[in-house]
Amino acid sequence: MTTGPTTEEDLRARVRALLDAHDPAAADPADFLRARFDAGLAWVHFPEGLGGLGAPRAMQRVVDAELAAVSAPDNDPRRIGIGLGMAAPTILRYGTEEQKQRFLRPLWTGEEVWCQLFSEPGAGSDLAGLRTRAVRDGDGWVVDGQKVWTSSAHNARWAILIARTDPDLPKHQGITYFLCDMTDPGVEVRPLRQITGEAEFNEVFLSGVRIPDAHRLGAVGEGWRVAQATLMNERVAIGGLALPREGGMIAPVAAAWRERPELRTPALHDRLLTLWVEAEVARLSAERVRQQLAVGAPGPEGSGLKLAFARLNQQISGLEVELLGEQGLRYGDWTMVRPQSVDFYGRDAGYRYLRAKGNSIEGGTSEILRNIIAERVLGLPSEPRNDKDVAWKDLPR
Amino acid sequence: MSRQPHLLYSEVEDDLRAAVRDVLADRCPPAAVLARVEGGEPYDPALWRVLAAELGLAGLLVPEKLGGQGGSAREAAVVLEELGAAVAPTPFLGSAVLATSALLGCGTADAAVAALLGRLASGEATAALAVPLSTAAGDAFPASVRVDAAGRLTGAVTTVADASTADVLVVPAVGPDGPGLYEVAAADAAITPFVALDLTRPPADVVLAEAAARPLPAADAAAALDAALLAGAGLLASEQLGLAQWCLDETVRYLGQRHQFGRVVGGFQAIKHRLADLWLEVVSLRAAARAAADAMASGDAAGHDAAVAVHVAQAYAGEVAVHAAEEAVQLHGGIGMTWEHPLHLRLKRAKADQIALGTPGAHRAALAPLLALPA
Repeated sequence: MTTGPTTEEDLRARVRALLDAHDPAAADPADFLRARFDAGLAWVHFPEGLGGLGAPRAMQRVVDAELAAVSAPDNDPRRIGIGLGMAAPTILRYGTEEQKQRFLRPLWTGEEVWCQLFSEPGAGSDLAGLRTRAVRDGDGWVVDGQKVWTSSAHNARWAILIARTDPDLPKHQGITYFLCDMTDPGVEVRPLRQITGEAEFNEVFLSGVRIPDAHRLGAVGEGWRVAQATLMNERVAIGGLALPREGGMIAPVAAAWRERPELRTPALHDRLLTLWVEAEVARLSAERVRQQLAVGAPGPEGSGLKLAFARLNQQISGLEVELLGEQGLRYGDWTMVRPQSVDFYGRDAGYRYLRAKGNSIEGGTSEILRNIIAERVLGLPSEPRNDKDVAWKDLPR
Repeated sequence: MSRQPHLLYSEVEDDLRAAVRDVLADRCPPAAVLARVEGGEPYDPALWRVLAAELGLAGLLVPEKLGGQGGSAREAAVVLEELGAAVAPTPFLGSAVLATSALLGCGTADAAVAALLGRLASGEATAALAVPLSTAAGDAFPASVRVDAAGRLTGAVTTVADASTADVLVVPAVGPDGPGLYEVAAADAAITPFVALDLTRPPADVVLAEAAARPLPAADAAAALDAALLAGAGLLASEQLGLAQWCLDETVRYLGQRHQFGRVVGGFQAIKHRLADLWLEVVSLRAAARAAADAMASGDAAGHDAAVAVHVAQAYAGEVAVHAAEEAVQLHGGIGMTWEHPLHLRLKRAKADQIALGTPGAHRAALAPLLALPA
């Protein structure tokens, strides 16, 4: 990593130079974003030449604030969360120079949306038990299998994919990580309707999908280790979103409380304040982890953030429906739609309540996260297991 | 919008922690604390002399020109984390935080105030703030002590923290001119310890009968008292953090060693998940307690942001510290229920701390107007 500017003044000067060359009001948004990437102002902690300046991660705020102040086009991070939060840090860490140059720029500008082909119908919490196969074929691989819970698959140009390349090895050792072209004719995406009524997720069927070996990320058989980097980043991305005070799920409840005095009761008041306090504490915890991570990669602390985030979102959204009383009996719309982005806080109270149920399942269930904290943070013994030294093909299923 | 708090520890703060921890490891091991408690004299004057004079903790919050260290709430918070972990019987909270903050609120231009702060900072004397320990910032100014025409104080104050070891009392009292703060020599008051739930910071009842008193000239005595109570509440969160972290660490250590059913007890998932949840509560409290200390240290200790940060930390800390101590007792099993094991001293402190300087519910209620979320 090269040494970049470390002062806020340097960054502001670079932002001014970008704005001088590319009028944010007049420029084509995609052109502007490409120019921002090339100026190293996309993610300042990335290396020079890859959208960054090798600066401390925390200094991104300076850039974002300057650009927000002039309403510059942004890359709609909610639409491309999987690319930004999961694919990008993994490609940065394990990718070849060619892969970094090819993928990071359109990923960041949003010209290429990414999705994540990890979970399978038979491999959720036990992700390493996955059965999607990748078989070597000349200078590439042929992939067959089924993935599930794939948000954004219907918009995605690329996917991060883990598949089994050696069934004769124990399950964690026979996995390899790939970058999969979602336009391959062997990829079929079907909407998966969820309890909110909409289909934010998909099932993805992979039939004879061809992946060139140049799109393998990391060594053959190293996929589990590479995937760990993705998953650690995913938990930080889900639980560690930078929110303002009273942001996120508590915002609509506080607003309803202020606007509708007729709903107030003493019992609800104390619950509201209890959850407001817990939401604020969770926000401060996320901020503290961000300060710890200002340089460096996420550790298991991210699992804690996500655990708190899931519990709070569920409790707060539950309170909101109850607070609304009669209005809580109504639901906006059960029509099956395929949204363009993942939205935890949108639509109405009923939607938020139902969507929050997924928060303790997606990206690692709360039960798995508690195991991770107990084992990796507190150093307690691992769960007893009988699948560690057995060839994957010989496991009972 | 509020400023971004600095939630980590500085190098100076890490050094301070190491110094306090060394002294406590040396002079305040669990067996020694229990022995003092059983002997009926929990406070350890020799320990306090080292902390107060050698490490300068008595005057940590006192400006340098008055003989103190000129430190901030951030450093006092680190000290309280260590004192809480060790449940060290010292008058740091009562004297160096509560009484000192009240005196600082009086304005240090007055020679009597400055002189008293100097004596406290040097460790030559300790003080107690004569309010019931359950008093919260924002409560009505205490009216249980009256000032007569001759300037003498008469009345009673129950459950005063660190009074039994104090040389001086800072007494809120109401006189002909309204509320005021007064300095009373402990020798001129009847200070009676009672059988207390908290064995390592047992409060005492104070009775004043025409006690000689020196008025402490506060421009607004009620505001000075409120500020002291708010500072105390904010810093108490760090004591609760230190205590909770000790309970977690000690439980994880013990359960990592103990075997039952041919397995390490800490390897059972029912236990692991409870400890993971407790860990999450403790790291969350660390963020909240650091935010409160940082807000108080940032300059506007009486401002809106500091008040919100303190009430948030206190609304959260009381439950976490008690939960940590309760989980520690339960997960230790039978040994956790014994007098011999040092756990019960933490449980008793944690439960008393939940009441001290306002219950979690009182701090939630105090937040309501600050957040425009009225009842």
